[in-house]
Amino acid sequence: MQSILPVLAVLGGILMVFAATMLVPLAFAFFGGDAALSAYDGAIAITFGAGLVLFLYCRRFKRELQPRDGFLLVSLVWAVLPAFGALPLMFHLKDLSFTDAYFEAVSGLTTTGASVLSGLDSLPTSINVWRCFMVLIGGMGILVLAVAILPLLGVGGSQLFKAETPGPMKDQKLTPRIAETARGLWTVYFAIALVCFLSLRLAGMGWADAFMHMCSTMGLGGFSSHDASFGYFQSPSIEAVTIVFMLIAGVNFALYFVAWKRRSLWGLLRDVEARTFVLTLVASALGIAVFLTAHGVYPSFGESLRHAAFNVVSVATTTGFATVDYAQWPVFAPVLMLFLCCFATCAGSTGGGIKMIRALLLVKGGRRELRRIVHPRAVVPVTLGQAAVNTDVLQSVLAFMLFYGAVMVGSTMLLLFTGLDVVTAFTATVACINNTGPGLGQVGPAGNYQDLTDFQTWVCSVTMLLGRLELFSILVLFTGSFWRK
Amino acid sequence: MNILILGAGRVGESVAESLASEQNDITVIDTDPVRLAVLQDRLDLRGVAGNGIQPSVLKDAGIEDADMFIACAPLDETNLVACKVAHDVFHVPTTIARIRSPEFQDETALTTDKQTGFGVDQVICPEDSVTRTIRKLIEYPVALQVLEFAQGLLSLVAVRAVPGGPLVQHGLAEIPQLVPNADMRIVAIYRQDKPLTEIDGMTRIEPGDEVFVLAATDDLPNVLAAVRKMDRPVRRLMIAGGGKVGLRLARQLAGQMQIKILEVNRARCDYLATQLPADVLVLNGDSTDEELMDDENVQDMDLFLALTSNDEDNIMACLLAKRMGARRVLALINRKAYADLVQGTTIDIALSPAHAVIGELLAYVRRGDVEAVHSLRRGAAEALEAVVRGDRGSCRISGRRIEEVALPRGAQIGAIVRGLPVAGSDESLALGDKRGDAAPEVIIAHHDTVIQQGDRVIVFMPSKKQVREVERLFQVTATFLG
Repeated sequence: MQSILPVLAVLGGILMVFAATMLVPLAFAFFGGDAALSAYDGAIAITFGAGLVLFLYCRRFKRELQPRDGFLLVSLVWAVLPAFGALPLMFHLKDLSFTDAYFEAVSGLTTTGASVLSGLDSLPTSINVWRCFMVLIGGMGILVLAVAILPLLGVGGSQLFKAETPGPMKDQKLTPRIAETARGLWTVYFAIALVCFLSLRLAGMGWADAFMHMCSTMGLGGFSSHDASFGYFQSPSIEAVTIVFMLIAGVNFALYFVAWKRRSLWGLLRDVEARTFVLTLVASALGIAVFLTAHGVYPSFGESLRHAAFNVVSVATTTGFATVDYAQWPVFAPVLMLFLCCFATCAGSTGGGIKMIRALLLVKGGRRELRRIVHPRAVVPVTLGQAAVNTDVLQSVLAFMLFYGAVMVGSTMLLLFTGLDVVTAFTATVACINNTGPGLGQVGPAGNYQDLTDFQTWVCSVTMLLGRLELFSILVLFTGSFWRK
Repeated sequence: MNILILGAGRVGESVAESLASEQNDITVIDTDPVRLAVLQDRLDLRGVAGNGIQPSVLKDAGIEDADMFIACAPLDETNLVACKVAHDVFHVPTTIARIRSPEFQDETALTTDKQTGFGVDQVICPEDSVTRTIRKLIEYPVALQVLEFAQGLLSLVAVRAVPGGPLVQHGLAEIPQLVPNADMRIVAIYRQDKPLTEIDGMTRIEPGDEVFVLAATDDLPNVLAAVRKMDRPVRRLMIAGGGKVGLRLARQLAGQMQIKILEVNRARCDYLATQLPADVLVLNGDSTDEELMDDENVQDMDLFLALTSNDEDNIMACLLAKRMGARRVLALINRKAYADLVQGTTIDIALSPAHAVIGELLAYVRRGDVEAVHSLRRGAAEALEAVVRGDRGSCRISGRRIEEVALPRGAQIGAIVRGLPVAGSDESLALGDKRGDAAPEVIIAHHDTVIQQGDRVIVFMPSKKQVREVERLFQVTATFLG
């Protein structure tokens, strides 16, 4: 118990920061004069109050965070914050259950974009803004934000950083001080977000829509203010802009930070992971466009390419916007897209899944094993770019894959057990663990997660959290040695 | 401040540790990535693996934005070349090199010249600092630590109070009556390793307290005698470990006292014997060999110094020497945890080589006009000397009585030195006319002492966290134009 109190103090501080972020939808509600205005003061008061009480009560136990505390704090923050993020939704939509509201908030913060709400177009703007804004915060990470702005995290900050940021190799610091790194990443993130916002506006969206879809795009979430998602706009220019920014957000933000620091794009262009990511997506989009044309889904190649490009990039970057109901396409296409979303995005991006770098390491590691069968005594290092990769990293990637598979199977089996059909159960799991959003079947781009039972919704919520924190940060809490003195 | 440190050895690590805790941007370069990973986990800094004399590695570590480059690699040549590269190629404003060989230290033109030399701004030498510290302790045999301020005019001494000292069991308010012949100020008292937070006239000195006293260096013998009975001067000295520090010390002290050196390495013994005058006795044997120590009358020694490079050996040798009857023992201990463990127990003084040198570096890192910094209690507390600039309007210290200055809790202004010329400012020239002739004056602080422009103020801080706050006090606001 003693060990959890200092962690709770930090959690209190983070809750207060989170309460402050609710001012954004409040501002929209206030200036837009919409119906949900009364939902926020209560939510802000409760969140801030809870944070303040925790902080004041546990402050005297404050000490430097240890590696263990980092995992505990990250898991706690990600499990607790959605409960508070759900408050505005519950206060406005009186008949929304806590299960569903929590799911919606988890989906936002983990940048999944799976929704239990329908009739989005008729919701007050501020409610949609809040859903999307959670995606923006969750994208770069609420703890990275906390490290950036709360002075109370010293060395412990880097533990949090490691526990929250996705990717297998996190020891390379960008700046000497961790708070500086966190600040730098958020600055780059916001700068790109601002460009994205203005581009969407110029491409023809309204101000509010541009803001919401900017949030969703930058966080690679997939929430929209329209039931028809991007199908609502029917605008090739908006789609083009969104494709570009989805690709940008799918690359490691550390690369932008370095590029900005060194005033040179060289590192970005030379990065193996980013290059593979973009090439994979371009090749897949072209391939699916050809496939769709060959099957005569759309009359012209141009139209096939337009829809293929948008939906493939959207699903593969784990965003989950849709312009058409791609579940109606010949089954190879949507399944390939879901397969891509498992690994396409880069480590350190706002996307989910296995991450391209792990996939690359797996392929290279596999190739090394094959070579070693032929030349048993060969020394074959696994390299990325020019640098050799430490064997420890390879092992952690293998362990990650093992747990990824286990969670995937476990979640699918649970959903099947509760009576879902195979396609829905499996694709819902894939869509949740990779933080993509739409799957196929019941949870396909045209449907949503509304019809799931409460239990099934909780399974999906937990899977999303596990996926966002890359399994280990949460799973480590369930080991006996973590709690032993 | 953006600081680059080359070498993650003992010195590099201590330097990084004491600087990283003060909100500096620290990057450490070392060839051993494992060591860096450990360091990076423990401290908020960035590690870069590679050879630090290569420009590409330095660039990778962000040397272009660095304000200071500190080279603490094990080899002098690495440090000199690295500083040269940092200075010539990257134009780093301040370069500091750790130099072990005394010969390089003597060649100041070679090391410090910007054009033809290695462009080092400041040479640090832990061995030299340790030697100086030990010599101070030999000079004042009862002191635990002696630190000088204001070019040696003023000293801060740490003493452990013992029963029977004139001041012990008395309140601080009684000091002027009990010790009329020395003006002093007690800036801190540590009881059972914890600082007493509120010190006033009612505070009593108990036996076993570690007392920090500030006084003019000339008054020091009287001051020390007040806290504990004067010990007899050191006449017999035994040094275990004939390394660099042992050799330097023996060389400097030879003739003043009887010295015996124990050294385990036969070849090193031969070298020491040729280097040292004949009256220094070099003995070939292990520092923990009790029979040898007994044969060489360790029980008659006034001081036993354990100066080998091994912490455990030093501790054991000291325990043994003390048990066998040596009057006082001092152990050189690198690991902070060990030093905290043994200081003040059977072992009288635990000295950390890295901390002996850090003060010199800290003076460079501090903002404002900080002249000297000393790290106390192995880095936990700090004392600094700073010059007061500006007048009552532009500075939060100048022109005020000491009781008016808003110091952080526990921090104390101990003394003021007035009339020392202040280097590198126009103002000192202007004031210099008036004051140049008068001898500098040491003023021990009282609550109503008024601080003037140009004074050097010595501040004691029980916690390093207060450093920023105190520095801010000394900073002159923007409206001050000189």
